[in-house]
Amino acid sequence: MQTANVNRLTPYLFLAPAVIVLAVALLYPIGYMIWASFLNWNPSQRIGEAEFVGLRNYMFLLQDGAFRESFFVTIRFAVIVVVLEMCLGVGLAFLLDRKLRGMTVLRTIFILPMMIAPIVVGLMWRYMYHPSVGIFNRTLKSLGLDPVPWLSNGDWAFASIVIADIWQWTPFIFILSLAALQSLPSSAMEAARIDGATGWRLIWHIKLPLMMPVLIVTALLRMIDAFKVLEVILVMTNGGPGLSTEILALRISRTASEFRELGTAAAMSNLLLLLLMLLTLAMFAYTKITEARAARLRARAEKDS
Amino acid sequence: MPEIVFDKVRKSFGAVEVLPPLDLELNDSEFTVLVGPSGCGKSTTLRILAGLETLSGGEIYFDGRPIGGLEPKERDIAMVFQDYALYPHMNIARNMSFALRLAGVSKSEIEEKVTRVAKLLNIDHLLDRKPAELSGGQRQRVAMGRAMVRDAGTFLFDEPLSNLDAKLRAKMRTELAEMRDTIDKNMVYVTHDQVEAMTLGDRIVVMSDGKIQQQGSPEELFKRPVNRFVAGFIGSPTMNFLDGELHTKDGSTWVQGDGYMLPVTGETGQRVSQVATSRNITLGLRPSSIDPDVTAGAPIELHIAVAEYLGAQSVLVTRCGQTEVLAEIASAHRFESGKVRTFGVATDELMIFDRDSGLRL
Repeated sequence: MQTANVNRLTPYLFLAPAVIVLAVALLYPIGYMIWASFLNWNPSQRIGEAEFVGLRNYMFLLQDGAFRESFFVTIRFAVIVVVLEMCLGVGLAFLLDRKLRGMTVLRTIFILPMMIAPIVVGLMWRYMYHPSVGIFNRTLKSLGLDPVPWLSNGDWAFASIVIADIWQWTPFIFILSLAALQSLPSSAMEAARIDGATGWRLIWHIKLPLMMPVLIVTALLRMIDAFKVLEVILVMTNGGPGLSTEILALRISRTASEFRELGTAAAMSNLLLLLLMLLTLAMFAYTKITEARAARLRARAEKDS
Repeated sequence: MPEIVFDKVRKSFGAVEVLPPLDLELNDSEFTVLVGPSGCGKSTTLRILAGLETLSGGEIYFDGRPIGGLEPKERDIAMVFQDYALYPHMNIARNMSFALRLAGVSKSEIEEKVTRVAKLLNIDHLLDRKPAELSGGQRQRVAMGRAMVRDAGTFLFDEPLSNLDAKLRAKMRTELAEMRDTIDKNMVYVTHDQVEAMTLGDRIVVMSDGKIQQQGSPEELFKRPVNRFVAGFIGSPTMNFLDGELHTKDGSTWVQGDGYMLPVTGETGQRVSQVATSRNITLGLRPSSIDPDVTAGAPIELHIAVAEYLGAQSVLVTRCGQTEVLAEIASAHRFESGKVRTFGVATDELMIFDRDSGLRL
């Protein structure tokens, strides 16, 4: 009896240290952040000295125009960059999915931007966007065209950060789509060729749908990342001009450090976290449900036949 | 239906030559089975015919028209794959109608064709399902159905039954045989399973190392194999091969080897009596030619190792001298392992092969 008990518990005992470390490392900060969001807390106080205000921080955010603006900037930014990066990345993958000499080198060059530290990317683009000495305006000038207010006009600034993000993160989509493309089942491809699908029709009817599970996860990962982007924009525009490029991460960091409202910043973080979690959960739930349905029908079919 | 001719078709992958120049003719409306061990080039031959592999040399003709440079879709073929190769994102109806939709066939005609074929294959209740929601056998039928709605001139099958369990495979084999009799098309079927080849083929092409060893009707291959390879490949359990010497004296012919001496009679006996005496040969002895009744033929002493009970028949694993010999015996007879017993051999069913070249004498 005793041995049976020990045996049953042994696996959990071995797991316990790792689980405890993970719980502390993961849950403690999240719990801390949730608790902080209920406080009116400035950085000069210890957390215990802060006043408990319940949901007031959240109520404030719902009415705060600047937060709403920043929320929409973030969503607009995330959706636009993910859509454009998906199109470009997948397109590049189709273009470079061939066995030609030098292709490996070319592919390596394509993924370089992803490996540069975001802060460096931000600096690089800030110099390139520089109104007088930046490469873009110098080029425009040498072509006899008017300079563009890359970072000083709201709409242009938004476009500028979108372009920089696309430059840095399209390679990520490209690598994952290329991997997906190259691991597609070859026999389905061959069946399609025999059925008469070539070129665009093969891509549209067979390849893209078969890549879809990978593409969806890729887009989700990119979306989560795009919602949290900070450094590049911080260096390039610092959210300006006005609030035109003030994405949530930037607003959160400024609320905490400039406005010294840790409670409100924590509440914002929680809202962002909630949004991302819902997005992820919806995706996983969808996959689970479709898989479970297929498994159930197949099990019934095996029994029938 | 086109008559298909392979004219010195070659295929190599890099430095590896898979098919040395291959000549093959497939007759109009015939069910041809390409059979051979893995790596013999049978699948490559089929894939070249389908246009999935390019030619390294030679040419293929459909009714005299060279088609080596044509895309698969221009060859009027339909193909069933080993792993079915269904499109996982389309439901069964769309899987079956994909080729027709690409070809711009009208909606009503597509529906009519898909429904007819689905009924024929008993999958009409599955049309809304996705492939992942079907059992292995059902997927197999869908793969067949997808080929059948095409109404192509030539049907290609690449080991279509090898992913099924034994019972289902036997059932599908029967259904395929029925389909063969109702559909008047060229069919080319690749398998490594000689039972499938024998039951389905009007004509069987036995391949090994990229070369055609023999082609002919199932009966021809069984009764008159040209060489030791074909004799060993066709028939189950496989033929026994015993080394021996061929002797002729005073009009009678016999083979003598380690632990046996058997007269060779019948047609083979007459033919090999012309061959020089004391020649080194390999004796081919079908398991079914061995009878527990000694009076049924010439006697042979076999040391029984194991009896494998298969139901109505049993396979005895025995030894004749140092050589393993299989015997197929009605299970009504019971044998004790470890005993030596005398059996009768049907001497007119013996086959004699040249020991060096492997050719049948």
